Amino acid sequence: MARAVTTQRKTINTIIAWTIGLLIFFPILWIIILSFKAEGDAIKTPIAVLTSGWTLENYGVVQERSDYAKHFFNSVILALGSTILGLIIAVPAAWSMAFVPSKRTKDILLWMLSTKMLPAVGVLYPMYLIFIELGLLDTRIGLVVVLMLINLPIIVWMLYTYFREIPGEILEASRMDGASLREEILYVLTPMAIPGMASTVLLNVILAWNEAFWTLNLTAAKAAPLTAFIASYSSPEGLFYAKLSAASTMAIAPILIMGWFSQKQLVRGLTFGAVK
Amino acid sequence: MGRIQLKQVKKSFGEVTVIPPLDLEINDGEFVVFVGPSGCGKSTLLRLIAGLEDVSGGVIEIDGSDATSIPPAKRGLAMVFQSYALYPHMTVRKNIAFPLRMAKISTEEQEKRISNAAEVLNLTPYLDRRPGQLSGGQRQRVAIGRAIVREPAAFLFDEPLSNLDAALRVGMRLEISELHKRLKTTMIYVTHDQVEAMTMADKIVVLQAGVIEQVGSPLELYHTPRNLFVAGFIGSPKMNLIGGAEAEKHNAHTIGVRPEHIEVSDHEGPWRGTVGVSEHLGSDTFFHINGTGLADALTVRASGEVGLNRGDTIFLTPQADKIHRFDQQGLRIG
Amino acid sequence: MATQHSRSAARLMMAPAVILLLGWMLVPLTMTLFFSFKKYLPLRGDSLGNGLDWVGFENYVRFVSASSFWPSVMTTLLIVGGVLVITVVLGIFLAILLDQPMWGQGIVRILVIAPFFVMPTVSALVWKNLFMDPGNGFLAHVYRFFGATPVEWLSQASLQSIIMIVSWQWLPFATLILLTAIQSLDSEQLEAAEMDGAPIPSRFIYIVLPHLARAITIVILIQTIFLLSIFAEIFVTTGGAFGTRTLTYLIYQRVLESQNVGLGSAGGVYAIILANIVAIFLMRIVGKNLDA
Repeated sequence: MARAVTTQRKTINTIIAWTIGLLIFFPILWIIILSFKAEGDAIKTPIAVLTSGWTLENYGVVQERSDYAKHFFNSVILALGSTILGLIIAVPAAWSMAFVPSKRTKDILLWMLSTKMLPAVGVLYPMYLIFIELGLLDTRIGLVVVLMLINLPIIVWMLYTYFREIPGEILEASRMDGASLREEILYVLTPMAIPGMASTVLLNVILAWNEAFWTLNLTAAKAAPLTAFIASYSSPEGLFYAKLSAASTMAIAPILIMGWFSQKQLVRGLTFGAVK
Repeated sequence: MGRIQLKQVKKSFGEVTVIPPLDLEINDGEFVVFVGPSGCGKSTLLRLIAGLEDVSGGVIEIDGSDATSIPPAKRGLAMVFQSYALYPHMTVRKNIAFPLRMAKISTEEQEKRISNAAEVLNLTPYLDRRPGQLSGGQRQRVAIGRAIVREPAAFLFDEPLSNLDAALRVGMRLEISELHKRLKTTMIYVTHDQVEAMTMADKIVVLQAGVIEQVGSPLELYHTPRNLFVAGFIGSPKMNLIGGAEAEKHNAHTIGVRPEHIEVSDHEGPWRGTVGVSEHLGSDTFFHINGTGLADALTVRASGEVGLNRGDTIFLTPQADKIHRFDQQGLRIG
Repeated sequence: MATQHSRSAARLMMAPAVILLLGWMLVPLTMTLFFSFKKYLPLRGDSLGNGLDWVGFENYVRFVSASSFWPSVMTTLLIVGGVLVITVVLGIFLAILLDQPMWGQGIVRILVIAPFFVMPTVSALVWKNLFMDPGNGFLAHVYRFFGATPVEWLSQASLQSIIMIVSWQWLPFATLILLTAIQSLDSEQLEAAEMDGAPIPSRFIYIVLPHLARAITIVILIQTIFLLSIFAEIFVTTGGAFGTRTLTYLIYQRVLESQNVGLGSAGGVYAIILANIVAIFLMRIVGKNLDA
């Protein structure tokens, strides 16, 4: 609202909002704090935790003991691989639907969306069998394909909504100016769609990074990404709070940072363009 | 060269026929305006010529050779779009250079043509800006610049002035006319604004529902409209159309008299009515006359200021030689 | 922009995506449907190679009549319903709050959104150990500080705990979408209502809420689809014990833990039907938006 707000009201808003914001964020903050504490200190009362000394030791231990880097690397491969593969398949499809729409375009888009709603557990065993049959169980390539497939509808949808905002006349102008289809996509469409493509990539990396059904059920030691690695902490022995915190911090940090950059696009992607 | 012929060209979208088979000839160097109400198919017709839509039947010839199935890029035509369709990620210079780059023209030649176009269109100071930093009129000029540098066989304009405000529109209208005088290249111009059509065209094509109602010079259309539609569409304010007994006196089903062809008097004349709303433009005054018993309301023009007020009785005399007569089918008689 | 040339190019360019998704949908689905009519217990030597016995609808009947079925439906409904109520109500409140003028709005927004980016296994594990552990968890320390006995969250209040964890993860999603929707509300509308003498509660009920209606529906539908299939949160915390076995988890146990593929597949078909019912409503809304 374009009018002056009293400082008093603004102050009250600020206090309430910050309190709630910190409350919601607190669990994450606590993970980060505990990750820099010695195991013995990490289980003490909150006040004792805060007053105890700081250490980097946990990060070293986590890395040494459970080969954190390998799982991190798996996560990176799965997230980037599935996103890039998805983009390669989705860009031409989204171009077609956005700029050469037919009567069936809407049906195809909705059908694509419907595949996203298939409950994974309903097809768990078939996928398991297929993976064994094709020798894909516990391989990165198998999961890259699965993650690409579950996110493909979102990639197509996001690109479609971004492409649709590019006026068709501009592409027609390029055609009148003598550009071929390839030149049209390369010199005109792509540069104009770069912001949209970037946010599509960002959102899909996040979704693939955090996917925790197929990654838990179709991997064992070799191809397990961070989701599965963290889950292996669920029945540990002895003191482990600080190490769990260190592992968790490393697992969520990259995505947290990416997520903050993509907040706005997130809404559009997750609601299939229904809310912008 | 830019001679364009449409032979039995037709367009339908599925079941719906937008343009029934139509013939049209556009001569080299002509300034042709397609005019008609919105949805009359004038833009579709332009896009068929451009190659942005496939024809459903018929042949389009450019300079005597069949261009019907040639893609838009190869037809040698340039188009200026309603939204200007500038590439937002390129500077003005790159926008103008784009068609040259696509045609693989050498860099020096590109430079030469760009600076030429920029000079003609007063764009030189803006060459390194992006379209987003330009005003509407400047963007319009960039779009035209992009069309000029290709040295096309013909220019296609799709309602290029409709996004500009009224004052700029008059200015750009003149600039485009100037450009045509200088380049002497064929121009096809689509508009719904009959004033643009009248002021710019060598030849006007009046369209309604995909059908050509009349083709002719602006004054031909003004003086001898072929039917009621053209009569009502060309001219501002619109021609007064009168039916019934008054028309029968002239052996017609309907007669039409333009507001400027009716003389106004406060004491004598064959038609009598009362003054309704009057619009004072200074140079002219338009009166809307009620209660004549001829039509719902008649519009008449009087030069300068006339001392008549709302409710006054007024007498009207149509100029006998300026009465247009139409038959039952709405076609012109005589 | 539609010439014959571009139309055929378009069809060609759409093909890979369509074919891949069609395969991804049809192949496993057909297999599940097939298994659901078969007796298939891999641990007892049943295999595709030896041929499977046709049992008709027996698996479907058994899945529904098992003593664990209705409790799992109940659990699913409680979790989905509980999370929806919490996230939507708090989401509306937070969205309105974040839309108010304040200092550091951007930072607060970031703080509120953060939980959404935490991977499900991390958030489940961290809540389970760092916060809900009855011995050393943060909440236990707080309880003891006030002289109370710490609650054994995941066994005594298991369902509530899971609802809380999942709500924490999904509240940002609801807030973000509702905030986006609120920001698209024309402030002149509110000012007009103010000029018309509407007090704040009326303005909320008659203007803000109707404006948010569509966004709320979308939040509910999308969350429902995701919540119906939450897995990691239960897998990591209770493993389905203490009354936290949802329909999804029940099917998972039938298929992978007790290796009764036929029975699990029948359950899978139920889950697919359930998800589709929700999906139809969501697609209607999304589809309408496509026309606009």
